[in-house]
Amino acid sequence: MYNNKLLLRSLINYSKILPIKSFCVYKNEISLSVGLDFLKFILVFLKFNTFTQYRVLGSITGVDYSYNKFRFELNYDLLSVRYNNRVKIKICTNEIRGVDSCEKLFYSANWYECEIWDMFGVFFIHHSSLRRILTDYGFVGNPLRKDFPLSGFVEIRYNENQKRILSEPLEFSQEYRTFNYSNPWD
Amino acid sequence: MSLKKKQLIKKIKNFTINFGPQHPAAHGVLRLVLELKGEIVDRADPHIGLLHRGTEKLIEYKSYLQALPYFDRLDYVSMMAQEYTYCLALEKLIDSKVPLRAQYLRVIFAELTRILNHLLAVGCHAMDVGAMTPFLWAFEEREKLMEFYERASGARMHAAYFRPGGVAKDIPFGLLDDIHIFNNQFSTRLNEIEDMLTENRIWKQRLVDIGIVSLEDALNWGFSGVMLRGSGSKWDLRKTQPYDIYSDINFKIPSGTNGDCFDRYMIRILEMRESLKIISFCTDNIEKGLTLTEDNKFTPPNRVSLKSSMESLIHHYKVSTQGTTVLSNETFTSSEAPKGEFGVHLISNNTNRPYRCKIKAPGFNHLQALDFMVKGHMIADVVTIIGTQDIVFGEIDR
Repeated sequence: MYNNKLLLRSLINYSKILPIKSFCVYKNEISLSVGLDFLKFILVFLKFNTFTQYRVLGSITGVDYSYNKFRFELNYDLLSVRYNNRVKIKICTNEIRGVDSCEKLFYSANWYECEIWDMFGVFFIHHSSLRRILTDYGFVGNPLRKDFPLSGFVEIRYNENQKRILSEPLEFSQEYRTFNYSNPWD
Repeated sequence: MSLKKKQLIKKIKNFTINFGPQHPAAHGVLRLVLELKGEIVDRADPHIGLLHRGTEKLIEYKSYLQALPYFDRLDYVSMMAQEYTYCLALEKLIDSKVPLRAQYLRVIFAELTRILNHLLAVGCHAMDVGAMTPFLWAFEEREKLMEFYERASGARMHAAYFRPGGVAKDIPFGLLDDIHIFNNQFSTRLNEIEDMLTENRIWKQRLVDIGIVSLEDALNWGFSGVMLRGSGSKWDLRKTQPYDIYSDINFKIPSGTNGDCFDRYMIRILEMRESLKIISFCTDNIEKGLTLTEDNKFTPPNRVSLKSSMESLIHHYKVSTQGTTVLSNETFTSSEAPKGEFGVHLISNNTNRPYRCKIKAPGFNHLQALDFMVKGHMIADVVTIIGTQDIVFGEIDR
């Protein structure tokens, strides 16, 4: 287990300088919740400050908490190779508000932001080429949202008469059974 | 009538070709749109998503144990490394201890998986560049390793052997002796492959000074694993953020000086040799003991106690039908998979299913940087660079 004590001790000092909403520690993982407008500032600080030096952006994760007002939560995983430390930055946004892209700051954010745009529908401002990367070329919808069903809305089949692939609304002979009871006696 | 000067200047456009989804050297389904100026690549635009299977969405609809085999199928050349990360993440959420024998077994199979992966990486890279025999030799060694997988778990490739809390079953009698025999002959096989490639003039001409990445750029692009160590950093998660018994094992970490494809190839060969040392340490020091935690709230009890104890029967029923209920928490756990840092971001919500499981694949970061690495090189170098990045589409597209 890597040691996050250095960061833990300085968290109180950081919360005085940085505009963090809250921080949360679980075992040795630290996550800072930040307001949407201060994301860029905090990322620049964490990347370039001598005592933090989080130069690697590992990944950007999107989560859909559909019952919240700001339903999409983005997690930025930062890694400091110099101090052997990880930190997570969390921001919350909804379908309409766009997030500042950090592609110029961390080059690895490029495709992760494309993926979140594709899977959730969160727009990134000033991104160089935001487009669908994982889903099909003419796909409509954002698959990883909680209101998008597991089987999707269209199905694809090859039509012998027209000699091409058609996208048609779904036809299932049996509905998908989710065995979704927490108690086996339900 | 004289022609004006601007009518004499011809406009030249770049030539765009499609390094299509079906290509023997594209390592899976990669659609690479290359803009060329003659033979030199001006821009490379990888189109991914042709192998997207919706793994993350599917995992949200399955219980924790049912979601485990999805991880085998992500990077289908190094299967157990992904299961390992998922099991580590789940153990962190459940807060369980793993017995010592299970830790040794996991490390043995993780290192066997590393050898499995690097054999395919070096073999296929060599084949793409043009040397066809190391590929066949490497695959013969892979067959021997897959036989070990089959004896331990029943399946040659997608084993589903690692479980949260240990491993599924204890290994059969005699497997460790056979692994020891494999160890002894493997360094000779590696010497044969190296004889063919390392001192070869053609290999060196094709690989040295191709795809050079400086350390600064490697960190910025989020590289990890062999790609990062090729550029000079000694960053290895098995040493810096150790898990299981890696902290007790003595092994070296090779790193490169130049940051080109040849350095990465040498690092993979040296890592295979280091893995042999780790495996022989583990087979020497492994002891008898439990292979799965006894805490039956999430691991099924063994068959003997199932048939004799009422409590075990109830636990078995609950674990098989409902699964474990994990309290609301989230974790980001990563381990040193053979390709780089494989991370699992697992969020639970007080039910028996994960709320969100995000998979961070090392190949995703590496393939993003393809455009950056390939600028100014020729088409044949594109193939070399894709091979050195060790791209497998299962984990990139998920």
